[in-house]
Amino acid sequence: MRARPATARAGQKATDVRYQPGFFTVALVCLIVLYAPIFVLVGLSFNANTVVTSWTGFTLDWFAKAVQNDDFYSAAANTLTISLSATVFSTMLATAAALGTTRGQPWRGQGAAYMTISLPLMVPEIITAVATLAFFSLLASVFGINFGIGNLIIAHTVFCIPFAYMPIRARLEDMDLTLDYAAADLYATPWATFWRITLPLLLPGIIAGAALAFIVSFDDFTITQLVAGPGQTTLPIYIWAKIRRPLTPEVNAMCTVLLMISVFFVSFSAFIGGRRR
Amino acid sequence: MSVAGPEAEARQRRWLTLPAVAVITLFGVLPLVIVVVYSLLRSAPYGGVEWTFSTDAYVSFLYQKDIFDDTLQFHADYLLIYGRSLAFSVVTTFVCLILGFPTAYFIATRPVATRQIWLLLVTIPFWSNLLIRTLAIMLLIRDDGLVNNGLMWLGVIDTPFVMIFTDFAIVLGLFYSFLPFMVLPLFSSLEKLDFRLVEAGFDLYANRFQVLTRIILPIARPGIVAGCLLVFIPCIGAYVTPLILGGGKHLMIGSLIAEQFGSARNWPMGAAQALILMAGVLVALWFYGRNARRGVAHAR
Repeated sequence: MRARPATARAGQKATDVRYQPGFFTVALVCLIVLYAPIFVLVGLSFNANTVVTSWTGFTLDWFAKAVQNDDFYSAAANTLTISLSATVFSTMLATAAALGTTRGQPWRGQGAAYMTISLPLMVPEIITAVATLAFFSLLASVFGINFGIGNLIIAHTVFCIPFAYMPIRARLEDMDLTLDYAAADLYATPWATFWRITLPLLLPGIIAGAALAFIVSFDDFTITQLVAGPGQTTLPIYIWAKIRRPLTPEVNAMCTVLLMISVFFVSFSAFIGGRRR
Repeated sequence: MSVAGPEAEARQRRWLTLPAVAVITLFGVLPLVIVVVYSLLRSAPYGGVEWTFSTDAYVSFLYQKDIFDDTLQFHADYLLIYGRSLAFSVVTTFVCLILGFPTAYFIATRPVATRQIWLLLVTIPFWSNLLIRTLAIMLLIRDDGLVNNGLMWLGVIDTPFVMIFTDFAIVLGLFYSFLPFMVLPLFSSLEKLDFRLVEAGFDLYANRFQVLTRIILPIARPGIVAGCLLVFIPCIGAYVTPLILGGGKHLMIGSLIAEQFGSARNWPMGAAQALILMAGVLVALWFYGRNARRGVAHAR
């Protein structure tokens, strides 16, 4: 710990008990590490040259080319079908589960229920992927059951549940139980209390949870790649197929679109979920 | 309705947990049970399994059957991949901690408004597409990537410095992918830090370094353990990173498992590999559970 030059700024830092030298620099380095590659990727999607890494000029052609691509459209349609269904199912299941595991006395088996719900977060994705693949292939070969794209919807719903559950539970824990008691005192039925009091107050948590569920499903690569059957190409799988050939900025343009969607939903979820009371 | 309405209702409400638990048990836990069963079967020639009991999958983890006389010979190929995955994960976790701790501390000591911005900036990569982020790293470190082009333009090097498809590329990719997983739990434990303790340390003539190592770090311990775990687990099972930055060779456990279920068509083998990985993860989780009970309760 060397003494710093005795400027006014350093003097201010010296009296701040929370100051640690060099920490700002490290934080800045981390931020640059996290964002530099993304900015390069996004920047190169405006590159006029067909060779992705040498810059020749600004163009929007690659975006036009990307959205005119039929394969990109069908992949986008698949992705939206899967993500929206998985979001709806997982958010409903997670909301019910959050209502069951918060407020009121902890019950026998609540710990086990909580463990089960957070299981998809603890098992490495590649294991979930091969296990789901084995499960559906067994269903198909022994019972002749194949849900088609439903296979992917089920797989996505399972790993989306904990992501939807977390913000909803956090919101419920922050909520004031006395409002429910007040409603009961005023002769509201439990059902009316739920619809008129609990649900409206819980809504920001549910929306934040749904946004997170959507984004993890929308971005999933590993599980989808192993479980997807023919004709079930999603956007990440389509991009993966593209990058195995020489890269063109068209891929960058597609990636940029996907990144923007992620950024939007994350910011949206943070904004909605972050507003307390 | 009785007076004890809300309480009785709360008791009934427990059943609301059932659908989620049932769905995860049926489509999340049952598949894991199937993996256990598969690992004890024999592989069918064109993928899938033959329903005969066999421990071949586990035996072939360490031994190779001689094609002429059926004797078992020790081979370390798989062990090497497991060792490498472990080494990559430990190095990545360590680097994430060294750089993530100052970052989390810096964010936690900002005024509320600035803190929210920094947090969002760390959170966005956390939720962004891993495949695309890894692709972005690839664009930087390829032979004709931005880093090499830049260095050659500056005249520092004449021929591209090969980074892609090396161990360095994988560790860099893992670090970049999972850094937010370290910063966020560290932040939530540092955010609650009581700075009167730090002040007391200064009053007792501790310098900044002593305050950091004797007061702040011990208090942040639950966050450090949680962060390390959240980085270590996805690292050890990493699949996307070695796939894109490792050049498709089976460099890590995740790639090995996927290969057994894919082109190698040896499902029992893949299942056994997955279970060995799962056992490693469980050890890490057990270690975390032991630490969490001993330390201050860690809230997300």
